[in-house]
Amino acid sequence: MALEFYSTKLADALNWARKYSLFQYPFVTACCGMEFMALAAPKYDVARFGAEFPRFSPRQADLLIVVGTITEKQGPILQRIWEQMCEPKWVMAFGVCASTGGFYQNYSAMPGCDQVIPVDVYIPGCPPRPEQVLDGLMLLQEKIQDRTGWAQRRQLREHEAVVKAKKGHLPVVG
Amino acid sequence: MSARILDRLREQFGEAVRATFSNHGDECAIVDPARIVEVCAFLRDDPELKMAMLVDLCVVDTLGLDRREGGRFEVVYHLRSMASGRRVRIKALVDEGPSGANPEIDSVVPVWRGANWFEREAWDMYGIKFRNHPDLRRILMYEEFVGHPLRKDYPKEKRQPLVRRDFS
Ligand code: SF4
Repeated sequence: MALEFYSTKLADALNWARKYSLFQYPFVTACCGMEFMALAAPKYDVARFGAEFPRFSPRQADLLIVVGTITEKQGPILQRIWEQMCEPKWVMAFGVCASTGGFYQNYSAMPGCDQVIPVDVYIPGCPPRPEQVLDGLMLLQEKIQDRTGWAQRRQLREHEAVVKAKKGHLPVVG
Repeated sequence: MSARILDRLREQFGEAVRATFSNHGDECAIVDPARIVEVCAFLRDDPELKMAMLVDLCVVDTLGLDRREGGRFEVVYHLRSMASGRRVRIKALVDEGPSGANPEIDSVVPVWRGANWFEREAWDMYGIKFRNHPDLRRILMYEEFVGHPLRKDYPKEKRQPLVRRDFS
């Protein structure tokens, strides 16, 4: 019981740290990139939320921001980038194109990046205003703290399976 | 002056120039697709015309329109003279072969090397086969893609996904 209490508190503390130090990988493909720049620039200043650091390597990032239209040709590339990121990881769909394909209904555009990777937060708008993105970021922070992000839920599921199989207890971290 | 371009073409190629238009300084000639390379080389090299620059090469699919005599696809060459600043548009009408084989026309890469990617795009989007092209591969779509998406009979919402995954 004491160990359980301790490990839950540890997970809370870890997730608190994680949500205020997100390293983002901006996968910028289209016009939404302009709004992403506004978001990162001093006026809207995403740094206030601890997510100021774009890493241009997926291996160093834990938040994949899909900014712009994803084409079918890019699908395998996006999927590989997501697979290269370390656990736990989160994905944010920035703009309607990344969320649903937006107004592109044609031979080349993918109807939303959730066809190939799991998305935690969808931000509508064409392009979304930076305030909307900050709102989405805060939503994501809540999810991280509640452990309801897709990758975290998968981790929990796997953990439960291990516990069940061994009929013992393992500390939950993540 | 501007009508001179079309006159020169008609003088030189006679029957091979099938029709010409000239509206508001907008010159256009429809030529025999079998002689397109000759026509282009002439326009480029003629000391009076010097249409040395291939501005664009594009295709129009006229499926469903009533101006279809001579071929379903219009291959359009936009030329410009760097010396005089004049422009001319050359069209060649090509049709699908029997049982829907891809239409064919000679490549103008020997005349303008810059035509290389334009022709690859025309192949990718409309399926026009350019004979003698050095490297006729798709340029925008992926190799797995079946068909030519800008043809009017390509279903407009038909996607051909490379990957899909379910994350429920
Ligand atoms: S959502 Fe709008 S602004 Fe963003 S990439 Fe799509 S078309 Fe461009």
